Amino acid sequence: MRIELIKRPQRSALFSVLSPFIAFVLTMIAGAVLFALLGVNPFSAFEIYFVEPVSQVWQLHELAIKAAPLILIAVGLSVCYRANIWNIGAEGQFIFGAIFGSIIPVLFPGFEGPLVLPLMLLLAMFGGALYASIPALLKTRFSTNEILTSLMLVYVAQLFLDWMVRGPWRDPQSHGFPQTIQFGDSAVLPELMPDAGRANWGFVFALVAAVLVWLMMSRMLKGFEVRVLGSSPRAGRFAGFGFSRMVFFAFLLSGALAGLAGISEVSGAIGQLQPVISPGYGFTAIIVAFLGRLNPLGIVAAGLVLALTYLGGEAVQSALGISDKVARVFQGMLLFFVLGCDTLIHYRIRLVGLALTKPNGAADLEAAPKLEEAR
Amino acid sequence: MGGTVSANHDGANLLEVRGLTKIFGTLTACNHIDLNIARGEIHALLGENGAGKSTLVKMLFGSLEPNAGEIFWDGMPVKITSPGVAKKLGIGMVFQHFSLFEALTAAENIALSLNDGSPISTIAAKARALSFSYGLPLDPESLVGDLSVGERQRIEIIRCLLQTPQLIILDEPTSVLTPQEADKLFETLERLRSEGKSILYISHRLEEVKRICDHATVLRHGKVVGHCNPRQETAASLARMMVGSEVKAVVRAPAEGIDTAPALLEIRGLTRKPATPFAIPLKNINLAVRAGEVIGIAGVAGNGQGEFFESVSGEVLQQDAGSVRIRGKDAGGLSITGRRLMGAAFVPEERLGHGAAPRMKLSENLLLSRHATDGKAFVGSGGMVKNGAVYSAAQRIITAMDVRKSAPDPEAAALSGGNLQKFIVGRELDRKPSVMVVNQPTWGVDAGAAAHIRQALIELARSGSAVLVISQDLDELFELSDAIAVMHNGELSTPLPIAEATFEKVGLLMGGAEPGHAEHSLEVA
Repeated sequence: MRIELIKRPQRSALFSVLSPFIAFVLTMIAGAVLFALLGVNPFSAFEIYFVEPVSQVWQLHELAIKAAPLILIAVGLSVCYRANIWNIGAEGQFIFGAIFGSIIPVLFPGFEGPLVLPLMLLLAMFGGALYASIPALLKTRFSTNEILTSLMLVYVAQLFLDWMVRGPWRDPQSHGFPQTIQFGDSAVLPELMPDAGRANWGFVFALVAAVLVWLMMSRMLKGFEVRVLGSSPRAGRFAGFGFSRMVFFAFLLSGALAGLAGISEVSGAIGQLQPVISPGYGFTAIIVAFLGRLNPLGIVAAGLVLALTYLGGEAVQSALGISDKVARVFQGMLLFFVLGCDTLIHYRIRLVGLALTKPNGAADLEAAPKLEEAR
Repeated sequence: MGGTVSANHDGANLLEVRGLTKIFGTLTACNHIDLNIARGEIHALLGENGAGKSTLVKMLFGSLEPNAGEIFWDGMPVKITSPGVAKKLGIGMVFQHFSLFEALTAAENIALSLNDGSPISTIAAKARALSFSYGLPLDPESLVGDLSVGERQRIEIIRCLLQTPQLIILDEPTSVLTPQEADKLFETLERLRSEGKSILYISHRLEEVKRICDHATVLRHGKVVGHCNPRQETAASLARMMVGSEVKAVVRAPAEGIDTAPALLEIRGLTRKPATPFAIPLKNINLAVRAGEVIGIAGVAGNGQGEFFESVSGEVLQQDAGSVRIRGKDAGGLSITGRRLMGAAFVPEERLGHGAAPRMKLSENLLLSRHATDGKAFVGSGGMVKNGAVYSAAQRIITAMDVRKSAPDPEAAALSGGNLQKFIVGRELDRKPSVMVVNQPTWGVDAGAAAHIRQALIELARSGSAVLVISQDLDELFELSDAIAVMHNGELSTPLPIAEATFEKVGLLMGGAEPGHAEHSLEVA
């Protein structure tokens, strides 16, 4: 007996839409088993994990704060992955965006006014794109593997930031703490509804980016180019689309969006540069991109779900004393089930049992060679 | 047990197939196929593309599992669950597309598939002996990469014969051979038949089926529509059985005033170094295609046609801008988009993955080659695609070329090869290009669709365009062309006017008789 995956001639449109939800239900069931094994009532655990963190308005704001960078980065990454270009270094581009965006508030704290914030955002996008252009250049010039180069540049960026805030950019009044000065008022990303919660404009940027990239991918020639080059590069070359140009386009776009996420986080949520500014948003965004099925609108939903797993992890740790690593477990299970559901949309499983398909009196696999040998 | 079963069947047949059925989703690729192959006969399996020939053969060779039906081997019911089982039974197969490692020698390739641990030298000796006794000269020590396609096919045949099969399945074996090489192959097949071996011969070339086959089974739309003796049929009656209706003959109106017409496509001293170790270098190719004419390029596969197409289309740029000229202007330094904007159109050999993106809709595949040339019609301000305009243009092409499909705008991969090719050719014809370069216009396309495509190419030329057709199918080139040039080992012969060209002459050139460059360079100068 063996298991075969057989390609379905037609994909069900209904189940393509339902797939992430089915995956979510399956994750819940598996999570319930997990909690039960830990000796916790699954229902109360779920309430603490998934319901309580979003039961009050200020908590929804926290959710938006966590989701914004995930969505911004994942939207950019989805363009790369659709083009079959593997940018794994969004975390580094996020950090470089934050550093470039901080140039004005750190070096020119006296410069104030309504121009400061737009300039910071532009500089951050430029910085993220510039940092992303390194793996793009290496790939197009020397055919290096962009997975390796972009990933390794993350560590360079992390250490560079660490050195900046301990060295040249350290606040002289920080009593030795490795951090820059607090950003001035005009360099802080405003909160959307200060009375209700902390959520800032970063979440709006994320939504706008998602809609624009969705428009580009589904309606514009550029999006068509991305999809053609990603799905059949030779047909793309026949169409006259250049692959090198596409490598730069995808890296620059995703780098710029990661940079924007970086400055939004620093200027909105943190208010200064410090050695660590991201709990791994650049990497978690890879999961978000795939959970959202590389569709920018799906990514918005996926970003909210993964933001919730972060908040829920913190909640069960404080309420039940379970390690917040459980958040990682939920993220992993979710990814696993989504990929599984997606596979089953494209393929169906067939169990091939030799005994089952054998017609009466027919010689089977084992018997056929023996007949031959007997002669 | 076996004895009682075999008593129910005619023992004279080596292979009997009863009611074999294979269903893919909603498509019944093979519908209750019956087939008998006697010992010592060459049995033709005829049918258009998509008739179910390959599916049937894959079930016989164990690569596909039937949904229903029985196979009797030597009177015994058998289940062929894998190619390994088929080989053990005594079924050998020579595929249309070879599976050989170019960097290994012929003997090493054979050893890999035999997989019985015998030393290479033994295998080489056996292969050498076998190749001489069957008149298939082959040096087992030679690297596959250095061999011609005909020689590679010999490796496949010898590899198959070394397993001493009772039944040999040959899938379109002559599609890659020169007429002279094909004659050699037929001698070998007749020799095998006289030894009592059975051959299942898959082809759509009716003349050769009439020449060498004893029986024929004709498939259409997955069903057997007739068993016959091809020698008692005419090519026309066989074609009628295959297609189910009369095939319209292609009409080639005489080309007038071509000699004075301007050359719309000129190739001058085109030379290209091999891009990979096994690619063919192009050597000083000269050619002029004038307004109103169709020029055919014949040649055995792998003699540089692919490299030539890439160079002409602009997928690969030339150092010397003057080596490719379109409508009297240098185009060698321009990309494929630039050449399209000068009025040229291209149809590559590979449909899926080169000419079309498999997972994209037909309308999107229209945009693939025409986003620049029809930029105003298809792409609006800010780079937004005008989906409505693209969709209606795609529907116009679908109607004009009679593309058959299951949905209004299906994915390219959902179409049969012939219908997709009609769309890809129609996509370019719809632009009325002044230069059209087509590589293998009807490869794997059924007879009706092929006639349609050929007629459309001739009409394009007669309306004042220059048409260049690269093909391995000589029948096609003789039907289409006003002159035929032959590509051999990266060199192109002088075009022979169709009135002077014969299969014999072209066949000799395909084998590398003489490139005739001296004459040609004078002509161009």
